[in-house]
Amino acid sequence: MTILGQLALWLALLLAAWGSVVGILGGIQQRAELIQSARRTSYALFGVLSVATIALVVALLRHDFNVQYVWAYTSRNLPTPYALSALYGGQAGSLLFWAFILTVFAAAAQWLTPRRYDHLMPYVAAVTSGVTLFFVAVVLFASNPFERMAFTPPDGNGLNPQLQNPGMVIHPPMLYLGYISITIPFAFAVAALITKRLDTGWLHAIRRWTIVSWIFLTTGIVLGMWWAYVELGWGGYWAWDPVENASFLPWLTMTAFLHSVMIQEKRGMLKKWNMILIVLSFMLSIFGTFITRSGIISSVHSFAQSSVGYFFLVFLITSGIALTWLLVTRLPDLEAESQLESMVSREASFLFNNLLLVGMAFSVLWGTMFPIISELVRGTQVTVGPPFFNQVNIPIGLGLLALTGIGPLIAWRKASTRNLKRQFTGPVVTMLIVAAVLIAVGVRDFYALMAFALSGFVVGTIGQEFIRGVGARNRLHGENYAVAFARLMARNRRRYGGYIVHLGIVVFFVAFAGNAFKKEMEASLEPGESVTLRSAFGYEYTFTHIGVSQYEQLNRFVSAASLDVTRGDEPMGIMTSEKRQYWNSFKEAQFQPSTEAAIESGLREDVYVVYAGSVEGTEEAVYSITLNPLVWWLWFGGFVMVIGGAITVWPGGGGPTRASLRRAMAGYHAQMVSGEKEEAAIAG
Amino acid sequence: MQDSVIVTRRAAVGAAFAALLPISIRAGQGQDTTQSAAPERLPYPGMVGAAKERITDYENDPFIIGIEERLRCTCGCNLDVYTCRTTDFTCGTSPEMHRQVVRLIESGSTEQEVIDAFVAQHGELVLMAPKKEGFNIVGYVLPGIAITAVGALMLWVLSRKNSVTAAEAQAAGSASIADTEMSADDAARLEAELADLE
Repeated sequence: MTILGQLALWLALLLAAWGSVVGILGGIQQRAELIQSARRTSYALFGVLSVATIALVVALLRHDFNVQYVWAYTSRNLPTPYALSALYGGQAGSLLFWAFILTVFAAAAQWLTPRRYDHLMPYVAAVTSGVTLFFVAVVLFASNPFERMAFTPPDGNGLNPQLQNPGMVIHPPMLYLGYISITIPFAFAVAALITKRLDTGWLHAIRRWTIVSWIFLTTGIVLGMWWAYVELGWGGYWAWDPVENASFLPWLTMTAFLHSVMIQEKRGMLKKWNMILIVLSFMLSIFGTFITRSGIISSVHSFAQSSVGYFFLVFLITSGIALTWLLVTRLPDLEAESQLESMVSREASFLFNNLLLVGMAFSVLWGTMFPIISELVRGTQVTVGPPFFNQVNIPIGLGLLALTGIGPLIAWRKASTRNLKRQFTGPVVTMLIVAAVLIAVGVRDFYALMAFALSGFVVGTIGQEFIRGVGARNRLHGENYAVAFARLMARNRRRYGGYIVHLGIVVFFVAFAGNAFKKEMEASLEPGESVTLRSAFGYEYTFTHIGVSQYEQLNRFVSAASLDVTRGDEPMGIMTSEKRQYWNSFKEAQFQPSTEAAIESGLREDVYVVYAGSVEGTEEAVYSITLNPLVWWLWFGGFVMVIGGAITVWPGGGGPTRASLRRAMAGYHAQMVSGEKEEAAIAG
Repeated sequence: MQDSVIVTRRAAVGAAFAALLPISIRAGQGQDTTQSAAPERLPYPGMVGAAKERITDYENDPFIIGIEERLRCTCGCNLDVYTCRTTDFTCGTSPEMHRQVVRLIESGSTEQEVIDAFVAQHGELVLMAPKKEGFNIVGYVLPGIAITAVGALMLWVLSRKNSVTAAEAQAAGSASIADTEMSADDAARLEAELADLE
């Protein structure tokens, strides 16, 4: 099978090169047979890379330990779901997986895009084939998962215990789907630049793709946080690690794009900016991969250092130069159709929202790269950890939260003073009430207070928007409130789905703010011994050590330490945290013992217990205990954001606005007229 | 077998460290100190990782934790000393750095002196965030300055464009936009229409 996989990779390399060349040539020369060939190459690449991926999966499932990748990331007793997830558990496999998913999206783009965008499709095929060519080349020449060893070991090295978690089965594919799907809107943007068809038509073509990318990125990031929380045992979910930052960067620029694109659709403004944002999002997704895989920055997530970094660097530089040239030469075609009429307008608030989103992306990138910059400038290495990122980004984040509430309150074009007063009164009163209540109950942490108060403001805004919309339908159409709400959502999914996403963001900020009230302690307890800890909500938890039991389970040996937990007088049950020593089928230990936290999740707070080890090999256990307020809301907030995103992208109800369609059609007519003139000139 | 060697070495280090402490207080706040007989030995002690030392007040001392959160563990994990010693139970570096912090505090060092001692030993890399001095200040302020500068530039450019547009409109004799308000019925109608159309 690995020979088949290797052959498929070589075939993919040739096909991708062919697709990128004929796509461009076919588009420029308008030769139908080349255009058709480019299109078919996208499907062929999907087929060929499916074969390569299946070949690796079969090798993983068959435990073909002669294949170095299979040996390095699996063992005979590894449960099948994790053997499958080993496909993207190592560098070489994950790069193959990346290329494969890209071909899935490329084929889907060719298949699903309506015929009216046919003029863009050869270039889209060329770009997706070009990016596929790069990834296949990296797989073949720098990190090949089909490499064989000189001998066949009896068992494999096994999968890192931290990756043996359900979250890790889903989190990487989701993040990859997010990263990779950005290639499709990017390909359409490049196609629009090449063809100079820079009306809003290409924006309509990519609208669903951008939201789908954003949903995948969001899901991937939230699942990554969840995995870090349940698996890494430190009671936190975000550490500003370079790899976490790498996933956050394109999310920020994509979020900025999703907002600013509305201004282009409604007012024909920000054309250059939108183009830059899409290109930037793509480049940042590749840059993130470069950071993860080059080893230039130390990270807990980093793959082993290898030569793939050079490939990525060359790709980033060459594509950066080509894209800059393309953008600069098309600047005259990207002039705005109208101007901002007032600084007090929805457009202006979106501009500032973009400023903060891109500013935050810059600050995260700056902090991530600062160790390298410092070494270059001063010759001194420094560490840029959470204290730096929190100090710089929390104020920006709060500014963004405020704008989340302000934006929808301001009218398009120009808002009057009376309009502002009418719109802002409710949300501001809500914010003040929330702040007053929190101060009254003793909340003094400034950032937490700001986060809660601004969350109140945004909820006030969203609530007001829904109440007015439902009220209007109730008065004019006589619908009852439930029907009015349902129809309001159904008729305008983009707007109200967006509000649901904003609600998810609010829930996120509330959960983040809860982190300020975390309580933690360590304790060593003999069986029967107890320890107490008071939470931020005033509950007194008592933890009584029951004992440590040891047993074999699946591909590991488990040492389970149990605590009987009570909150006040109320029993909460037994919480068991484990030490797991993974072993191969010969019961030879693999890796160091890992830890499984015990988590009792609640709406108010999570009880998070980690069995750190035993004192001198006895039943006297050392525990790390954390009371984490509001963490449950983080997962709920992520869910709400994804649901909101799904509503906006759901077919029907939220298509392009009339203004936006007019702009697209105007561009189309302009092209038709200029095309007819050219034809007339040629004929004449 | 290797595990038992580790246990012995760690136990010896732990015993030596315990002897250095003035008071060996068992565990943290609110601990029930009623003792039973000595705890039983685990059947497979090597399976729970490196042997741990008993928790003392130092491990839960917010002052010490605060210092440790400013120091990076030098094992290469990228975590601060506190997070590493309470998370990565395979790491031998962070517990040792913790002991060093405790020793320095016990010897009368201030927080800054402890930090300085670590910087002298490991270099600036041992700090979780760069010192706010010299070139590092650029690191802290550049994002804020960049956002403020671009924001100010945006305001300036847009207000300038607006004033030009308004002047052109006036020159063309167009009427200024009146601050008109619509009736509640009209507003409701508009809301509904927009909800259908947008």
